[in-house]
Amino acid sequence: MFDLTFFITRAVQQGIPLLYGSTGETLTEKSGNLNLGIPGVMYVGAMSGVIGAFFYEQSAKGALNPVLAVLIPLLSCLFGSLCMGLIYSVLTVSLRANQNVTGLALTTFGVGFGNFFGGALIKLAGSDVPSIALSATSACFKRSLPFASKLGWFGQVFLSYSFLAYAAVIISLLVAYVLKRTRIGLHLRAVGENPATADAAGISVGRYKYWATCIGSMIAGLGGIYYVMDYASGVWSNDGFGDRGWLAIALVIFTIWRPNVGVLASFLFGGLYILHMYIPSGMNLATKELYKMIPYIVTLVVLVVTSMRNKRENLPPQSLGLSYFREER
Amino acid sequence: MNTRTHTPLFHISKRGQLPWYRAWLIRGIALAVALLLCALVTTVFTGVNPLGVFAAIIRGSFGTARKFWVLLQEMSILLCVALAVTPAFMMRFWNVGGEGQILMGGLATAACMIVFGDKVPNGLLILTMVVASIAAGAIWGAIPAVFKAKWNTNETLFTLMMNYVATQLVAYYCNVWDKKGSGIVGIINPNTHSGWMPGWNSPGGQKYLLNIVVVALLTVGVYIYLRYSKHGYELTVVGESERTARYVGIKVERVVIRTMLLSGGLCGLAGLLLVGSTSHTVSTTIAGGRGFTAVMVSWLAKFNPVMMVLTTFLIVFLQRGAGELSSSFAQINDSFSDILTGIILFFIIGSEFFITYKINFRKAEKEA
Amino acid sequence: MEKVAAVKMRDITKSFGSVKANDGVWLDIYKGEILALLGENGSGKTTLMNMLAGIYFPDEGKILVDDREVVIRSPKDAFDLGIGMIHQHFKLVDVLSAAENIILGLEGKLDLKAAKEKIRAICDAYGFEVDPDQKIYDMSVSQKQTVEIVKVLYRGADILILDEPTAVLTPQETDKLFAVLRNMRDDGKAIVIITHKMHEVEELSDRVAVLRHGQFVGDMLTKDTDAQEMTNMMVGHPVVLNIERPEPKDPKPRIRVEGLTVRSVDGILKLDDVSFTANSGEILGVAGISGSGQKELLEAIAGLQPVEKGSISYLEEDGTPEELIGKDPLSIAAMGVSLSFVPEDRLGMGLVGNMDLADNMMLRSFRRRKGFFTDRKSPHDLAERVVSDLEVVTPGIATPVRRLSGGNVQKVLVGREIAAAPTVLLTAYAVRGLDINSSYTIYDLINKQKAAGVAVIYVGEDLDVLLELSDRILVLCGGKVSGIVDGRRTSKREVGLMMTKLGGGRG
Repeated sequence: MFDLTFFITRAVQQGIPLLYGSTGETLTEKSGNLNLGIPGVMYVGAMSGVIGAFFYEQSAKGALNPVLAVLIPLLSCLFGSLCMGLIYSVLTVSLRANQNVTGLALTTFGVGFGNFFGGALIKLAGSDVPSIALSATSACFKRSLPFASKLGWFGQVFLSYSFLAYAAVIISLLVAYVLKRTRIGLHLRAVGENPATADAAGISVGRYKYWATCIGSMIAGLGGIYYVMDYASGVWSNDGFGDRGWLAIALVIFTIWRPNVGVLASFLFGGLYILHMYIPSGMNLATKELYKMIPYIVTLVVLVVTSMRNKRENLPPQSLGLSYFREER
Repeated sequence: MNTRTHTPLFHISKRGQLPWYRAWLIRGIALAVALLLCALVTTVFTGVNPLGVFAAIIRGSFGTARKFWVLLQEMSILLCVALAVTPAFMMRFWNVGGEGQILMGGLATAACMIVFGDKVPNGLLILTMVVASIAAGAIWGAIPAVFKAKWNTNETLFTLMMNYVATQLVAYYCNVWDKKGSGIVGIINPNTHSGWMPGWNSPGGQKYLLNIVVVALLTVGVYIYLRYSKHGYELTVVGESERTARYVGIKVERVVIRTMLLSGGLCGLAGLLLVGSTSHTVSTTIAGGRGFTAVMVSWLAKFNPVMMVLTTFLIVFLQRGAGELSSSFAQINDSFSDILTGIILFFIIGSEFFITYKINFRKAEKEA
Repeated sequence: MEKVAAVKMRDITKSFGSVKANDGVWLDIYKGEILALLGENGSGKTTLMNMLAGIYFPDEGKILVDDREVVIRSPKDAFDLGIGMIHQHFKLVDVLSAAENIILGLEGKLDLKAAKEKIRAICDAYGFEVDPDQKIYDMSVSQKQTVEIVKVLYRGADILILDEPTAVLTPQETDKLFAVLRNMRDDGKAIVIITHKMHEVEELSDRVAVLRHGQFVGDMLTKDTDAQEMTNMMVGHPVVLNIERPEPKDPKPRIRVEGLTVRSVDGILKLDDVSFTANSGEILGVAGISGSGQKELLEAIAGLQPVEKGSISYLEEDGTPEELIGKDPLSIAAMGVSLSFVPEDRLGMGLVGNMDLADNMMLRSFRRRKGFFTDRKSPHDLAERVVSDLEVVTPGIATPVRRLSGGNVQKVLVGREIAAAPTVLLTAYAVRGLDINSSYTIYDLINKQKAAGVAVIYVGEDLDVLLELSDRILVLCGGKVSGIVDGRRTSKREVGLMMTKLGGGRG
């Protein structure tokens, strides 16, 4: 029997990493930086968190302080993804390097980073399966409201998640608010649309690009740690994160650069991503692979439709992908 | 307001043309610094002596004749993809969909081998494979081009998404073709070798020569195409300024679609070489990220096909080296090459800044 | 009244690559005075002012505001010092509203409501019309400029710099702008206006400062000088303002336009029922306020602009008409019509900035050789010929065109277009931004084409030149033809009136 409540819960859990990734990327893209390194950033975020958790678990020898067990991985995750954001910013903003090339290099580096240290930790832990289980840390991350399970389907659908899931929604709404309603958001949009104008208006283009990219990376990095600690119950296996990073970039387009739309859209994507597991039995394995195509096809449709309608507000930020040099002539 | 009485510490201005040897000196320095950092990173994280690391990396490519030929073979595939994406880049069409185009080429090749294998003469089969793979890649490349030409749809995002559609398509067929239910297509036609491309023996005894020769010819061909043909001239004009192109009567839409047919078609050719000539099987991972790596290879070479031989060598050399490292040292695994490649790319990408721009530091005498 | 210097610029030097844009410039800007900054294009006026506005940073020299040395690192520093600049190319973000653009870069809490009220107050005070909620991409050029001016006033600038502000305005709008500027001067503000138009200098400014080749030549009170003296200072030697106008030889109809109607992509009517004939061996001048449909007219003839209705025929020597509408540049050339077009946007349309001279020569001719490959030899020869015939100053044939100065870029473009031996030559603002010497070279080239029997359609903005160069003048007004007059018999006043007769262009 198809259990809708369970399906929604799974879809949300699947959607949260995408939501983090797309919120981070939207913020970055609003500054005119097309960071194709987001998949790498999310890998690094996840792996940094895993490293933090791993060493804390090792040193605490089973007696985990729940606060520290959450705080240490979280901070190391933020630090790792911040470094990635900084690399991207230094290269594309300060050194005006090509954004596509830098982003792809960052993804190569980030995925390599994740898998290399993943491999190293697996060896260090001496486990016989190719993965590391950090179930103690994961248990701390996964704590949810105690009374959720008593509230039936309502509790299940709305209250059963861990704090990082709610944080994702709050961060997305917050980013949406900042972009739309505050002066910082206004300035950031101006930088992404037309940096020369923003510059002439006295806005420090470089600073905004740096901040947006670095904060965006940190948000995206959280998606990585959520995936490992919550979705995967603390089990890191190499390449386990898969192509979620690219899916997050797809989600940015799908939501036409609106993080608040992203909240529901990410759950929709999450649902589409796992839909193949819920299609009636009897369907063969091959068809399931076609179902996994749906999120990308939907994104392509949105991309095409927005470009056909050519409504200025729905198009990508105008200077997306271009570096800015004030004295260009 | 006190701080305002100082001139800024430095400011940046654009350089005039830099003599080529100085530009290469800057790139050389960047590479040297990157290598030093790589050594440092290796030692810190793995505890291995950096000289040992370098020796192992070199061994990875030049240790034995076989390794050398593997290097050339790997280079040929990556170079093929880099050559494929280059015309698109010169047209300022950011084709990051090489991955999907390779997959489609490989899928078409495998399909021909499976469907027609042992049913038609081998020569005809191989011809069908060539045509089908190039056509499949070309179509995959042309779809985003059509939308770009008609509605100016963002091609970076479009081609990116097409990669995953292709991946799932391959996954689908892997499941269709696989009888055992594991989703893995084994070696196709393992006994009859039907549809296996003639692997000319290289001096080392490996069957790599065909790929190497094909791509060597392709390099020359693409170079000539870009530099001396009308098509090459047209796509350069389109890339520089669409309005100029229209003004002189170049049909921009046609050039965009034509160039992407070529770009996708060459990626499809890479798929053919991978499936028909090297591995004789297909999976979602045959492209192995080359579609993305090729973007960097092409860009680092400034879109010059001859320079691409060098940049391809650099990347493949590192990958092979890291493979060697992981077998020589227990602490290192395969992914290490991605970290090293990343670091080196960061430095080379960054060094371009110092070639294009000049930093003027505050002059000391102005302090007074 | 004792004049107080608001800004003193001392020994300012700025280079771009190997080009010295400013070389040891001294300039004083006084409060309560309108200063006209004059100079040929490329003389460094805009660069100098950009350093005040914080866009560029000087290589050498110092700037004093209110007698205190300051460092202007960014536009923000400039604002803080009360310096506001209205750039020639508007600095507005298209997807934002007028109000959002006006408050862009200011600090404090975002309060659009308060901002809109303040904007309305400013508009009421000076008689501007701005809808604070309107998006910039929905605005006309003059509306955008109004937003720019309100933006500077909103910030309460004391020192106001305007870079060629009237280029896009109708005479009425110009008058309004000048009135505002005079009010502001009387308010004690310092105003700098960069312009080419002598009558504006004479009408508006109190003082004139002249730059030549990046150097300061001198300044004087406007009332003590005249157009001739100012021109001499700009050029460095006296020039004769006479342009040759030989009688047309054996003019025959060459291009006949009937009932031409063109709409922009957004559905705005750009050309409305335009009819005229251009003759061989004759220069047909086209006058009109900028944006009256000149661009669309030329592009329609060149096959670059979709046409709603009407006809454009090319008349062969024997008078047989050939329809040009519905054909692109390629098929027009295939018909054997040799049509050359010097577009307004030289580096964005006529040439490819990053390509060298030879490759740019090829743009027109690369298809001529049969087969798959391009012919590299003849474009190279043509480039050499153009360089020597038109005295193009360039380090070599292999230099990217974008490295050349404006005048030399235009010589390359015109040289290529003429080399095709056209029977019809379309030129749009052929001398815009050129110094006087280069301008005369271009007039001369155009006259030679006329003598060779080419039908020339010359779109210009300088009425004096149009009146001296053209045999006939077609006046456009808001996309309609308001008349065709004889260039030898008409007056500037008559043409000027016709330009606005139909109620002015847009806005």
